[in-house]
Amino acid sequence: MAMNRHKWRKLGGRIGLYASVLALISPAAFVFLWMLSLSLKNEVDNMAFPPVFIPHPPTLANFVKVFADNDFLRYTINSCIVSFSATGLALLVGVPAGYGVAKTKATRAAMLILVARMTPGLSYLIPLFLLFQWLGMLGTLTPIVITHLVITVPIVVWVMIGFFEGLPGEIEEAALVDGATIWQAFRYVALPLARPGITVATILAFIFSWNNFIFGIVLAGRETRTLPVAVYNVLTFEQVSWGPLAAAALVVTGPVLILTLLMQKEIVAGLTAGGVK
Amino acid sequence: MATTLTAAATGTRPGVRRPTPGRNYARRYWAFAAPGAAVVLAVIVFPWLFTIVMSLHEWQPGAGTSWVGAANYLQLFSDADFGWAILRTLYFTVLAVAAPVVLGIAAAVCFHKRFPLRGLARTIFILPMMATPVAIALVWMMMFHPQFGVLNYILTSLGLPPSEWTYSAATVIPTLVMVETWQWTPLVMLIVLGGLASLPIDPYEAAKIDGASGWQTFRHISLPLLWPFIVVAMVIRTIDALKSFDVIYVITQGGPGTASTTMNIFLYQQAFSYYHLGYASAVVVVFFAVILAISLVLLGLRQRAKWQ
Repeated sequence: MAMNRHKWRKLGGRIGLYASVLALISPAAFVFLWMLSLSLKNEVDNMAFPPVFIPHPPTLANFVKVFADNDFLRYTINSCIVSFSATGLALLVGVPAGYGVAKTKATRAAMLILVARMTPGLSYLIPLFLLFQWLGMLGTLTPIVITHLVITVPIVVWVMIGFFEGLPGEIEEAALVDGATIWQAFRYVALPLARPGITVATILAFIFSWNNFIFGIVLAGRETRTLPVAVYNVLTFEQVSWGPLAAAALVVTGPVLILTLLMQKEIVAGLTAGGVK
Repeated sequence: MATTLTAAATGTRPGVRRPTPGRNYARRYWAFAAPGAAVVLAVIVFPWLFTIVMSLHEWQPGAGTSWVGAANYLQLFSDADFGWAILRTLYFTVLAVAAPVVLGIAAAVCFHKRFPLRGLARTIFILPMMATPVAIALVWMMMFHPQFGVLNYILTSLGLPPSEWTYSAATVIPTLVMVETWQWTPLVMLIVLGGLASLPIDPYEAAKIDGASGWQTFRHISLPLLWPFIVVAMVIRTIDALKSFDVIYVITQGGPGTASTTMNIFLYQQAFSYYHLGYASAVVVVFFAVILAISLVLLGLRQRAKWQ
């Protein structure tokens, strides 16, 4: 009898858990599925009330329209150039910097990175906007790449400090005793060991650069828009047509969603490494 | 011994006094940080300092600049629009910290348990925070449409009255908080989940033997042990909520009227709609002081938690 009651309670707990998990993930799933649904329906179905949930028949016309009307190909290339350059440059300076900070235990330098994270993105923009205007660089992709370093460098440095601090120092010390220079100890010992950390830093820096909207909207001209800015512009010009808008939104965020699904372990590791310190 | 070995191995001239190894290297490791430091100085520290200088000037592109001292700040403190923007930001922030923190703790407790397809469920759950904010803001905007939006359809089919969502001054902030909660609860969940994974198991076994209920165990064992993690989550949430821009700008642009003009939107308008760059710089300085002050207060909470 007691055994039975215990079983029932356990079953109840199980059902409660499944119900809670379902309640937790359904808002996330619903918004993305609704975005997909809007992007695959024609305008009549998108404006129907009650709403049409399953596209019937699904159409790719919205995607065709987005690429035909808005030069999305160019904006996709712009976004790739900006995010790859900003991530690459950040790795180039940020990985050694993370190593240097971890080795010298310079916590004050690490604090600087934290304060940088606290500063609203807009506050960097006013001085940098004036600087680029003065240098005559507005209208090219260079200022956008440079401002994206504001996002990517702190992420890379922060994640790498954590990883290098976690590495055992003995192997490098052995290398130094054997006559390696500190550069060689870094290049041939610490760097290969820190490869998982570099993967994490790369993914996070890339995603946050790709997602950035605020720098682009101020600095980008007609030719130099990144994808998030281009999508926002679809809104201002075609406020009424939801299909192309949802299709454009999906084009921007699709790659990020796929990357997240594939690399969720690395992403979780990177986000929590930075958070709990 | 080790010192002499290294000296011999690296071929340093004998007779040169070498400091202890730790010291010796500490200075040289700075070379690694130098390029990174140069970039941080150029794109992060320079803007900070330049902002302070600009905030003391009347600065409009094309119109030249002139030193005005504290005039921008004085104007700011008598600017009712700015006062309202601060109040709105605080209203938004309190809600946009409380809701994700409470939900995030609950979600972490769920995801800490083992169940089939947990990895997939967790990945779906964290998608909102990785997705491009502009893209999700657009989708929410379409869902909020009072006439054709899917949310009002869902409400009415559940027998609830439809809402005005972002189209009314009374509901716009709570609605934006809902989007922010949807987006950022996963980050709180991940931080608290990391905390749960690090908890010792002994107190739980003792509680089980003593016949404590699930809620009692959570309330008296998990919650106090998790407190440092929760405070970190609160600090991060507070900073991000104060800074929130993309979603608000895309969905409402501060409207209807000025009902959702938070500090960041106000700043954007001053700087890049009206080009009052000096005035906007003063907003940045005050804004940053607010963020710093609130963060320090919350971090003080964390210190206290550590001492207890």
